[in-house]
Amino acid sequence: MSPGIEGAPLLEVRDLEVSFRVRDGEVRASRGVSLAVHAGETVGLVGESGSGKSVLCRAVLRLLPEPAAQVKGGRVLFDGTDLLALPEARMREIRGTDIAMVFQNPMTSLSPVWPVGDQITEGLRVHRGLSRAAAREQGIALMRATGIPEPGRRFDDHPWQWSGGMLQRAVIAMAMACSPRLLLADEPTTALDVTIQEQILALLAQLQADSGMAMVLVSHDIGVVAETCDRIAVMYAGMVVESGPATEVLGNPRHPYTLGLLGSSPRVDDAGHRLDPIPGQPPDLAQVSAGCPFAARCGFASEECHRTQVRLADVAPGHASACLFPERIR
Amino acid sequence: MSTAPASPAPAPASGRLRAELSRWSPSLRIGLGLLASIVLAGLFAPWLTPYDPLRQDYGAALLSPGPAHWFGTDSIGRDIFTRALYAIRTDLVIGFWTTYVPMLVGVLLGAWAGLKRGWFDAVLMRVIDTALAFPFLVLIIVILAILGPGTHNIYIAVFLVGWTMYARLARSEMLVEASKDYVLAARTLGYPTWRILLRHALPNIINSSIVFSMSDFVLNILLVSGLSFLGLGVPAPTPEWGAMVAEGKDFMQQAWWISTLPGLMIVITGVALALVGDGLTYRLGDRHVTGH
Repeated sequence: MSPGIEGAPLLEVRDLEVSFRVRDGEVRASRGVSLAVHAGETVGLVGESGSGKSVLCRAVLRLLPEPAAQVKGGRVLFDGTDLLALPEARMREIRGTDIAMVFQNPMTSLSPVWPVGDQITEGLRVHRGLSRAAAREQGIALMRATGIPEPGRRFDDHPWQWSGGMLQRAVIAMAMACSPRLLLADEPTTALDVTIQEQILALLAQLQADSGMAMVLVSHDIGVVAETCDRIAVMYAGMVVESGPATEVLGNPRHPYTLGLLGSSPRVDDAGHRLDPIPGQPPDLAQVSAGCPFAARCGFASEECHRTQVRLADVAPGHASACLFPERIR
Repeated sequence: MSTAPASPAPAPASGRLRAELSRWSPSLRIGLGLLASIVLAGLFAPWLTPYDPLRQDYGAALLSPGPAHWFGTDSIGRDIFTRALYAIRTDLVIGFWTTYVPMLVGVLLGAWAGLKRGWFDAVLMRVIDTALAFPFLVLIIVILAILGPGTHNIYIAVFLVGWTMYARLARSEMLVEASKDYVLAARTLGYPTWRILLRHALPNIINSSIVFSMSDFVLNILLVSGLSFLGLGVPAPTPEWGAMVAEGKDFMQQAWWISTLPGLMIVITGVALALVGDGLTYRLGDRHVTGH
């Protein structure tokens, strides 16, 4: 995979292998995943549930549920340092200050017992050693920047007094507190109303533009990703099956799974458009065949697909596909 | 964006207190009322009775209840009512320490194990399994037999066994809590583990331990009374309910009152604590039901 932007990437994941131990064997949740994110860019990570998007995010922060999950191979380079090799104490400093994360469900992302403002500013007190008063001042500024009305008065509210959209703003403010260089947004709008989704995406885009941070936007909704991302990586069965500039991947998909995702997404601009679901089920990750994981559901597959191991390979400059026969896709 | 025009301005303190009181169930009110009366009676014992709990008066031995001695006197002429009042101090203090020191240690260890997992969790759970494999009372009697009777040794013996319950409870609650998003969020933001434990998770897992501690308190008072009855507990002549019941058992035929009032005090205290525990279950559980 070649980067779309010149220079060394801020985050580079190389051939990441993550396995979960389960009762009857091993589930390979991440199978040789590679991904590069440059400073200031937004990379969309798309795929259905269980495709390994969240595992990737949590592996970057080294917060996989151990000992069930284990990193079996690969490297996670952040600004040139291999995060997987860092001591835990050093890693903890990186979390929250260099890399922060926003979760799917804002209703449960805050502790129910403390005021929202305290939780937004906790990072400032922990990592920057700010006093309560100084943190409060910055917290109010953060709340204003994330579009929370009347921050001074709402600082001492408790989470249950707020709506989901407001809470997601608070969670974003909490993640932004120490001005991270990379924000991992794990389905940040999935739990929200459609109208609120738009606002949150706009907020993330604006914060990113203002701060110049990089962002990984995880979503199962290709529409969400299409709007906001510079580049897209499509994941399937623990692999990145296609990656490239957003316009390229969405306009000229070179992997049948991407094509299937696009065909099964509703479109607003075409009322007569028929949804075209992908047949079959995602494979059981405990027993993946030697060949292409998508072969069983693929309309273009031939004999070789079931046998030959697939790898991400360039189909155009900056645009890679893990399909053996990308030329078949039209 | 927000659901309602936020909350009304914070109510004045008196209004908030009234709102809090309105959420107390009858059992919580009655239980706390009883418990408060018992504590006050213990505190103000010297003003409530003219007698000395330790002074012996052979001229007034084995007097039946009457205007001078409301609950009679024991075999060496001590006023039963006075001793039962002073025993509040002994029993509640012992009950407190035998409940809350194990609770503090057990909850912290169990919560840490549930959050960190790994070898610490494995070792802790095996230790707890071993301790719980013995019958509770037998283990305590064995420990006391080794250490010898006395208040301090009771604390040690009950502590050695008692913390395991809280550790188990806190660990199992923490296992559930640790998988919740807000704990994960705190970890992704790089907060130290002890901070996540104390500030984020503990307030959300402590309720079950608090409720359990109420029934544990009762059990511990009964345990100490039982140990004193067996002669392993509080040494004479310190007034203690269990010991008083034991002293009275030889005179059951002639002087039923010696054992009765101390026994009644144990029952009343037990009922008070049980009511408080019951009420707290509702009051603290309340938040989980109505909130978020």
